[in-house]
Amino acid sequence: MKVRVTVMLKDGVLDPQGKAIGHALHTLGFGNAQDVRVGKVIELDLQGSTAEDARKTAEDMAKNLLANLVIEDYAIEVPA
Amino acid sequence: MKAAIVVFPGTNRERDMALALKRVTGTAPRMIWHHETDLSGLDLVVLPGGFSYGDYLRCGAMAAHSPVMGAVRAFAAKGGHILGVCNGFQILTESGLLPGALLRNANLRFLSQDCYLRVENAQTPFTRLWTKGDVFRTPLAHGDGNYTADAATLERLEGEGRVAFRYASATGHVQADDVASNPNGSLNSIAGVLSENNRICGMMPHPEDLVDPLMGGEDGLPLFKGLVEAVVR
Repeated sequence: MKVRVTVMLKDGVLDPQGKAIGHALHTLGFGNAQDVRVGKVIELDLQGSTAEDARKTAEDMAKNLLANLVIEDYAIEVPA
Repeated sequence: MKAAIVVFPGTNRERDMALALKRVTGTAPRMIWHHETDLSGLDLVVLPGGFSYGDYLRCGAMAAHSPVMGAVRAFAAKGGHILGVCNGFQILTESGLLPGALLRNANLRFLSQDCYLRVENAQTPFTRLWTKGDVFRTPLAHGDGNYTADAATLERLEGEGRVAFRYASATGHVQADDVASNPNGSLNSIAGVLSENNRICGMMPHPEDLVDPLMGGEDGLPLFKGLVEAVVR
């Protein structure tokens, strides 16, 4: 079962990388680019599990290692 | 004082730390590889600087889950003294032994320079040879040293005197939005924090790199001398 975990800095946590990319986009003429945020996507394959189990396992993984909940939020996708 | 330094793959400041510890204890500290779990007989465990596990995922995230950290947690629970410097501080926050987190430096650059620290609480094993308000010089070298914590955590840290050091000007002026004195953009200019029992201290700058006139000064020596006194007492 393929699982995708997206980790983003929490709203309100300063994201200097996102800011820098936003500036660069403006320089390139994409003046309407707003609120640029940078995160991570972690994809993995959970062998032999149902979609529901995979979601639960990924949740555990995110809480324990993939995301630092002090500064980051995570989202889990189990593509059909 | 029986001291040990934990070494992870990618740690690279363990030898500077060993020099500093040997200077105050007279004996070389034990080096503990990240697979080891025996911390018996130790008074102080130090997590030194470097790039443990290549800083993959987040600085300190992998190290926080290595076998030795289970033993370090048990050591902490028994009231052991722990010092985490630079990557060691990041590992302590990632493992939940200290609150908050360290973000990318506000200016996105790796910083390698001297800074000045103001002592905010002198009633701890790490700061007892200073007086509150004292300012001393330390080198710093990191890409992710921008301390942050949520509002409730910050209030608790400030209220309980758990901010050990703040980045300051050479004259002791603290101003969080001043890049010259708070180079990485840390919240409230926080450079070092303490655990509830004051026995765990994490800090980004490197006091171990100014402990001998040959290094250009001894500004960081009081931290190590004070630790010996506190632990032996």
